[in-house]
Amino acid sequence: MLSKFENDVVIVLAGEAGQGIQSIEGILSLLLKRSGYNYFSTSEFMSRVRGGVNSTEIRISSQEVNGFRNRIDILIPLSDKSVDHLKSRLTDQTLVIGEKDKTTYKKSIEVPFSDIAKEIGNKIFSNTVAAGFICGLLNVELQLCKDFIAEYFASKKQDIIDKNIIAISKGHKIGKDLEQIKITIDKSKKIQKHLLLTGAEAVSLGALAGGCNFVCAYPMSPATSVLENMASYSKDNDIIVEQVEDEIGVINMTLGAWYAGARAMATTSGGGFALMSEGISLCAMIESPLVMHIAQRPGPATGLPTRTEQGDLNLVLYAGHGDFPRIILAPGTLEEAFYQSRNAFNMSAKYQMPVFILTDQFFVDSKYNIENFDLDNFEIEESIVKTNPDYQRFAFTKDGLSPRGIPNHGKGLVCVDSDEHDESGHITEDFDIRVKMVDKRKHKLKLVEKDITPPKLIGKENYKTLVICWGSTFNTLKEALEELENEDISLLHFSWIYPLHKDTFDYLNKADKTIIVENNSSGQMAQLIRSTTGFAIDEEILKYNGLPFSVEELKQKITNLINKEKK
Amino acid sequence: MNNKFDIKNNSDIAWCPGCGNFLIRKEIMSVLEELKLSPQELVLVSGIGQAAKMPQYVNSNFFNGLHGRGLPPATAIKAANPQLTVLAFGGDGDMYGEGGNHLLHTSRRNPDITLFVHDNMIYGLTKGQASPTTNFGFETPVQNFGVFERPLNPIALAISLEITFVARVFCGHPEQTQEIMKKAINHKGFALVDIFQPCVSFNKINTHKWFEENTYYLKEDYDPTDRDKAFKKAYETMPFPLGVIYKNDGRKTFEENLHIYQKNDTPLVKRSTNLSNIKNEINKKI
Repeated sequence: MLSKFENDVVIVLAGEAGQGIQSIEGILSLLLKRSGYNYFSTSEFMSRVRGGVNSTEIRISSQEVNGFRNRIDILIPLSDKSVDHLKSRLTDQTLVIGEKDKTTYKKSIEVPFSDIAKEIGNKIFSNTVAAGFICGLLNVELQLCKDFIAEYFASKKQDIIDKNIIAISKGHKIGKDLEQIKITIDKSKKIQKHLLLTGAEAVSLGALAGGCNFVCAYPMSPATSVLENMASYSKDNDIIVEQVEDEIGVINMTLGAWYAGARAMATTSGGGFALMSEGISLCAMIESPLVMHIAQRPGPATGLPTRTEQGDLNLVLYAGHGDFPRIILAPGTLEEAFYQSRNAFNMSAKYQMPVFILTDQFFVDSKYNIENFDLDNFEIEESIVKTNPDYQRFAFTKDGLSPRGIPNHGKGLVCVDSDEHDESGHITEDFDIRVKMVDKRKHKLKLVEKDITPPKLIGKENYKTLVICWGSTFNTLKEALEELENEDISLLHFSWIYPLHKDTFDYLNKADKTIIVENNSSGQMAQLIRSTTGFAIDEEILKYNGLPFSVEELKQKITNLINKEKK
Repeated sequence: MNNKFDIKNNSDIAWCPGCGNFLIRKEIMSVLEELKLSPQELVLVSGIGQAAKMPQYVNSNFFNGLHGRGLPPATAIKAANPQLTVLAFGGDGDMYGEGGNHLLHTSRRNPDITLFVHDNMIYGLTKGQASPTTNFGFETPVQNFGVFERPLNPIALAISLEITFVARVFCGHPEQTQEIMKKAINHKGFALVDIFQPCVSFNKINTHKWFEENTYYLKEDYDPTDRDKAFKKAYETMPFPLGVIYKNDGRKTFEENLHIYQKNDTPLVKRSTNLSNIKNEINKKI
């Protein structure tokens, strides 16, 4: 029987950690994008280096749809436990393709990737055979595949390159000749010029473009990829990258770097960030800039180390003892991640306060194509002054910001202290100065207001139901609402979390019904909205099993809530 | 005293009268003057404690951070701008207790900074509890049955970590102390100077007199580059040896090892971002 897939196909690769799913995905992603297909992928892993079952979803579509789908059209299992691991996502239409012993499912097609690889000379080539097979299914030009493989394996010996070219060609032929499957998806020349990025890469490139030149971190999933990206950029760019002994060292080193005049960033996850709390408080006291990327994963404690959640908003909102201002951002798209990370450095330098970029495992590990970035109309603003002999780091000024000097840049001295201090930065217990300093720090949040990005409304202005979300859930929710085709429902996405935009209340108050979607168990954003605006959101759709929302489940849950109202 | 590192208003120094910190302050200021450093190119970094207040009382740039956390910012400041002279100050609790992990790893990095630990074998600012170097059996309001933990041996620890300059001084001897402070600051790499210092308020055992009676100076023919001998000296007690106990000039510093300084010694903070490099990096993703 013929299986037809039009405009959108979801292919899932599954197998043990270490079997090479990531390398197949690595080959496919660029190759498919360069041949003009819209590409989206996301991965879920177990917290182990070998064994278990991991899977990567690859979505090829005519439109740019970057939501996570639960449905699997084609499953390519590399291990015998793969089908069982993903059984809840398999339907009557799902095709399972691969080696006979691994594809025990009602609709399956046998393709002996390993045997073909062994014929070429080594089982190791089976991943390239599989990548070639998928390219064949999607009718990617063979020459493009061969050229790409030569480029991809360029650092290897010629023999290895040659055998991989044979492998991709053999896989390609099988895929192309397979008569049971017909996939029709539009390609576009425009996409060939697109960037193909993960969330982690968008954050990292944004930081690079923002003038980040000092990165320190302690490795922690899922934030490590940003550290690795920055390390890779440091080969050709002036960036100091240092892996520090612990997160306490990280935050204090980051602050030292800013003090000396660098533009520093740290990247971590909730557990690591928790260790940094005292340092965040120091950042506030010495009015230092700071850019911090936090990729959330489910807690408490070690939680589910490789899974996803939006459970650390409250942590980031309240971290650090004492009262002080901060900025919290949570990109929903790769574009937002890039521009927010880039702008975070200027903003942090200008307002001399921490800027937190909140992502999560789903966001940093998802990848898709987007238009190239606009680098015009942006300048790196150091916001550093040359100091005079009478320079005072914490001078009271008209606009409320004390000009920031750095050591040995001018004739003044730059003195910063974790104790309450006078204008010169020296310890004081003068109660009047204390009050003035607290007010000065607090006032900066007012200054930030004019820079706040408003929440993004998708859909009609005169909505009846407003679905609210923040951070990484945007693409999936947007797609779910588009598919519901209900003109009465609009979507409001917050990429700027704190301080909340002044129009928030009006957006919510206009709706007959409000629904918030959060990848956590307590509705932390709903709490923030309520505590800031007094508005209580009607319904919550929460998920906290460690996985991201899928388009299908959001459609179902929103439909249920709308129908509940009708009854 | 006419010293450019002296602060204008030094009447309100928060140390107890008779505190060893006053001597250390005087000593460090004359060393800085003698080395012809300028307050602008000098950064004093510290954590929290009585010793960590030192930067407040010296006319220079300073970063007076969190308890135990002096070394990470000091390392970063030096890395971001190697033209600065960076000195870190802390007490035995600050640097050997709360900040112990940073001491271990700063030794691995070997930044070109100098660490002065005011070692009075007691907690001063929190009023008299045991520190990591408090003597065995010492009674305090908390350790009221006497300290039963073994005191940390900072000199042996430092040598084992290959800290590239390890010295011990007694602040009651300004001339010798200044000489060693000078050597430490001039040393290229991470230098630790453990400063024996009496605490007049909370340590009635390790007094000025006690330090006088229980220390001696290493002889001129002592070779601090011999690590085995240095270890032996590190374990000598009653009397404790004073002087440069261990030294290794053969290690590259953190800054020298950093990729960005391999071909260009312009400090990071004086470089500007290259937009075409950024574009290249982005376009690799096409």
